[in-house]
Amino acid sequence: MSLRRVVSLITVPALSIVLGLIAAGVIMILSSPLVSSTGSIDVTLPLVAYWDLLQGSLGGFDAITQTIVSATPLILAGLAVGIGFKAGLFNIGAQGQFLVGGVAAAGVGAALAQSSPLLAIPAAVLAAAVAGGIYGWIPGFLKAYTGAHEVVTTIMLNYVAIQLIAYLITGPLRAQGASFARSPDVGAAALPILIGRNGHLGILFAVVAIPIAWWLMYRSTVGFEVRTVGANPDAARYAGMRPRTIIILTMTACGLLAGLAGAGEILGLSGYMPAGYSTNVGFDGITVALLGRAHPVGILLAGLLLGAMRAGSGLMQIDAGIPVQMVDVLQGTILFFLTAELIVRYVFRIRAARAAVSELETVTRSYAGQTTP
Amino acid sequence: MADQDLKASALEMRGVTKRFPGVLANDHIDLDIRKGEIHALLGENGAGKTTLMNILYGLVTPDAGAILLDGQPVTVKSPADAIRQGISMVHQHFMLVPVLSVAENILLGEEPMANPIFLDRTAAHERIRELGRFFGTEIDPDVRVGSLSVGWQQRVEILKALYRNANILVLDEPTAVLTPPETLEIFDVLRRLTKLGTSIIFISHKLYEVLEIADRITVIRRGKVVGSRMPSETDEDDLAELMVGREVQLSIDRGESHPAGRRLSVENLEVKDDRGHQVVHGVSLEVASGEIFGIAGVAGNGQDELVAAITGLRSVAAGSVHLEGHAITGATPRDLHERAVAFVPADRHRYGLVLAFPLTDNLVLTDYYHAPFARGLVRDDDAIRAHAETSIAEYDIRTPSASVQASSLSGGNQQKVIVAREFRGDISMLILDQPTRGLDVGSIEFIHRQIIAKRNAGTAVLLVSAELDEVLELSDRIGVMYRGRIVAVLDGRSATREEVGLLMATGGRSTDATEATA
Amino acid sequence: MDLVLHLPVIGLLLQFVVYLIGVMITNGALIITLSTPIALGALCGFMNERSGVVNIGIEGMMIAAAFAGSFAAAVAQGGVAPTGGGLFGASLPLLIGLGAALATGVVASLVHAYLSITVRADQIISGTIVNIVALGATAYLSLLVSQRPPQSAGSFSSLTIPTEIVQVPVIGWLATTFLRHGPTTLLMLILVVVLQVMLYRSRWGLRTRAVGEHPRAAETLGIDVIRLRYRNVLLGGLLAGLAGAWFTLDYGNSFQPGMTNGRGFIALAALIFGRWTPVGAFGAALLFGVADALGTAIRQSPPTGDLGGFLAVVPEQVFGALPYIVTIIVLAGVVGRSTPPAADGQPYEREATAR
Repeated sequence: MSLRRVVSLITVPALSIVLGLIAAGVIMILSSPLVSSTGSIDVTLPLVAYWDLLQGSLGGFDAITQTIVSATPLILAGLAVGIGFKAGLFNIGAQGQFLVGGVAAAGVGAALAQSSPLLAIPAAVLAAAVAGGIYGWIPGFLKAYTGAHEVVTTIMLNYVAIQLIAYLITGPLRAQGASFARSPDVGAAALPILIGRNGHLGILFAVVAIPIAWWLMYRSTVGFEVRTVGANPDAARYAGMRPRTIIILTMTACGLLAGLAGAGEILGLSGYMPAGYSTNVGFDGITVALLGRAHPVGILLAGLLLGAMRAGSGLMQIDAGIPVQMVDVLQGTILFFLTAELIVRYVFRIRAARAAVSELETVTRSYAGQTTP
Repeated sequence: MADQDLKASALEMRGVTKRFPGVLANDHIDLDIRKGEIHALLGENGAGKTTLMNILYGLVTPDAGAILLDGQPVTVKSPADAIRQGISMVHQHFMLVPVLSVAENILLGEEPMANPIFLDRTAAHERIRELGRFFGTEIDPDVRVGSLSVGWQQRVEILKALYRNANILVLDEPTAVLTPPETLEIFDVLRRLTKLGTSIIFISHKLYEVLEIADRITVIRRGKVVGSRMPSETDEDDLAELMVGREVQLSIDRGESHPAGRRLSVENLEVKDDRGHQVVHGVSLEVASGEIFGIAGVAGNGQDELVAAITGLRSVAAGSVHLEGHAITGATPRDLHERAVAFVPADRHRYGLVLAFPLTDNLVLTDYYHAPFARGLVRDDDAIRAHAETSIAEYDIRTPSASVQASSLSGGNQQKVIVAREFRGDISMLILDQPTRGLDVGSIEFIHRQIIAKRNAGTAVLLVSAELDEVLELSDRIGVMYRGRIVAVLDGRSATREEVGLLMATGGRSTDATEATA
Repeated sequence: MDLVLHLPVIGLLLQFVVYLIGVMITNGALIITLSTPIALGALCGFMNERSGVVNIGIEGMMIAAAFAGSFAAAVAQGGVAPTGGGLFGASLPLLIGLGAALATGVVASLVHAYLSITVRADQIISGTIVNIVALGATAYLSLLVSQRPPQSAGSFSSLTIPTEIVQVPVIGWLATTFLRHGPTTLLMLILVVVLQVMLYRSRWGLRTRAVGEHPRAAETLGIDVIRLRYRNVLLGGLLAGLAGAWFTLDYGNSFQPGMTNGRGFIALAALIFGRWTPVGAFGAALLFGVADALGTAIRQSPPTGDLGGFLAVVPEQVFGALPYIVTIIVLAGVVGRSTPPAADGQPYEREATAR
């Protein structure tokens, strides 16, 4: 790929980020009376907040480690959404797949807490991958054989996952003697720290997943089948491919990746799973996939960007008094401009390659429609 | 003649120009339509006829030019403007909403109201029945348009124009979907309309039709008016030359066929459509190697489902299909590909191509998984690229490079991509569904020559086309399909247009299906 | 042998069906109340999809409206003298809150309309953006607000039914089930009927159906497809706003982040199950209302006998997950047989392919 092409590919996403930051800044200013003690408008609030984001994510070794650690699940979830996009599927279920992966890792980890890490870690990670994979398989199967659109089914499964976790953690998996409902410590299954304070082994999941995903998607026949099904399922069938199998396979792979992300968070960071585990990894994954144009390299970059925001949001909350939820708003505004690239083009008077969304125009086509050919 | 020349212009278009990215669709077109005349607009696919009419109808905004009605300049910015000015259009692809009733389709946009909110159904139905009598038939306003035959749907389209009191009626390729007898009926209706003072613009690329119906003919080529003729002063050869810009051989020399052994045999095949209705009723046919078996029929008589069932895209309800003696009933597209069956589907955008993919990938769409294009899971991009370069050269595909998206090619070149892919190598059986639909004459000639070459090389060819002329021109034997049955099999050389046309329209006198045997 | 083995299961199932019917009769009003946001959300989806726009942002529109309604009402409560006590116990702050909720629904749907109609973006992605912004912004703002929480303006009360009517056998049941509701639920019931009639009888309905099925055909008859879609999507936003008001001004009186809990998505399933008609969608919403009410009913008046014993063992989370599981099953069961408007989800481009 020529440099010019790369520049033209990242122009719109980069400028969308700029406009998104500005728009979120306006929201911060408008809400500043609620933030400051004086109750007046504070125009400098966004500058303080963004400086905190920068400090908290890149200001020093620990901050950078934190950015990478935060980016890891986002990259995996971004792949879980982005690979789905390639097959014409919109996986909003990374959240649920992450959760069941996490609880499987927590459960298997707790059961093997006293054994050797060489056994406990692979077993717990594998359990998470399998659980996530199964949780991705369900909507894939339903889509392929009944036509139930994955957008609705995956969202429903997210809510079911919350209930499932609540049941498991308050019931069979509850740690004895803990002050709140949580699973027992994973002990030997805890991922070793590789760098800094909390740079755990799970980072490698993302590091390894990116090139594998890229190779499979663009250099293998399976990836060609996935992309063909996504771009034109009828032509895929004509060409002798099996769209149903591909859809199920893709959703399972997506679930597996999200499940791995869950394993990383539980085994690498918390060491157990609480009943009310809350995460925003599902929507973050969508943002990462869209911002990264559903391309593994783009997902890596977008994941790091969002990881930085998440890493810096703590400092922003403490220092500027802006709740961490601002990061969600910021994602939304960035996505808005990415989608409404007409505005971006108008504001910056540019001509560049069409942005991510145009590559994904097949997503809606199957909505509520007939069963897969 | 003289008094017609004296007639006033109903419509004038002056210097109409429209540029689309990469194409000058209309280049300073002047057109003059008189009151009560049928004016034919003749031109190849892609010559710019439809663009011109879409400009007249306000669907496309011209870059330059003026429209005058009764000598007065008017601006037509939207179809609403056009309707207000008394212009109506029957589009090539019907603009009917299948799930709505006949009445709803007709009233839409100009609804009689019982009060500010609710429709006045009684008044509407009365008016529609009255208009229906113009055709000499009763039409049920409550029937769903989707359940009507194509011929009746076209009548509904014309009723829409009558309902709006059109003075100028544009018909874009109105006979493309009709049988010859239905065509004659529509011609009769059009003549009656002109007696009421309606001016009709009749768009077509069929020479004999234009000669039969038109009072005057204007020929368009590559966006320009290249000539005007009175039917009495011209003939098919003259018009063809004007239309294409060079001398055209109206029929190609297909040579003698040398049918050898039986390749494909279909026995008592029954197929259902998506809604579960049986649409193919016990079709039997055989195709020998080295022969072209053509299936003629009006679109929607089960041809699509028949082809889909043979090619593995649709399940077979009953009956069997054999290829060289092996049962291939219900075989998957991949099985058939492995047995060297090639298939050019009717809808190239839906089945034949992945428009978002580069030509390189489209040229290996059916072969991507095996050597030399892949080893196991690993794609060989060099081999794929080299293959694309050869195909582009060999089949004269006009493209800036092998890596452009298929969507950026013209229809003719897109079809050549499919032909290049499917005609590759030794193929035992070639199934062609509407292989030249919507293409320009050059591409049609090219593809026809390739088909003949394949036949001469010993391939068995099954050709399905709604274009009767194409079937007559290429086929060694012709099966006529009517209401899901093959009602007759005729010799390709002796069959006449009239004979086949009548069979297409009525299915012939005999009620029992004739066995299609060689 | 098999039969004997299955007998207890069949018996249990029968008991359950009887119990369920009982729940539906005794808790009819609760079921209708709980199905209100789903039905209103489905009507919002109906307005969108019938004109060819897929809207998965209903969830976000509802939560944004729920927050705006609650916040505006509370602020107004501090600013104006509380009056009211009229119909539905409507006070000025509550009405201001309702207005804010409706306006927020419209503004959120304007974003969706702009992205999906004008920009012609993928409509599901457009809806997702609405969801992300709305869920994030309401969580952000409600956290800020909660640092110095304003006083709640309370909520609308239900329509009062005179006791004489309540005591009449069947009519009393009908009145309490269908009429003893707050304003959003009653409006929903009216809208279901009105929209159903309008869809098939009015000019708006005819044009909407035509645009949702074949927009180009509608345009060739002079109908402005873009304008009609905008209008319907914005009107849909009004309905989503009303659904949002249900959460914080009618059924409840305070806002919690994420309180819509996926009802905006369940609404989409209800729309599909209801075959894109208002009455059908309402019927489907009732089914989800039953699934929602079942957990409450079992806690309040547990069945007796075998069934009671059995249900006592079932973890409460099963009932929590029930509406979502029902949604998946319904969707998997009906989708192939339910035909969406033909142009649903397809951006419309005026001049594009017209050649």
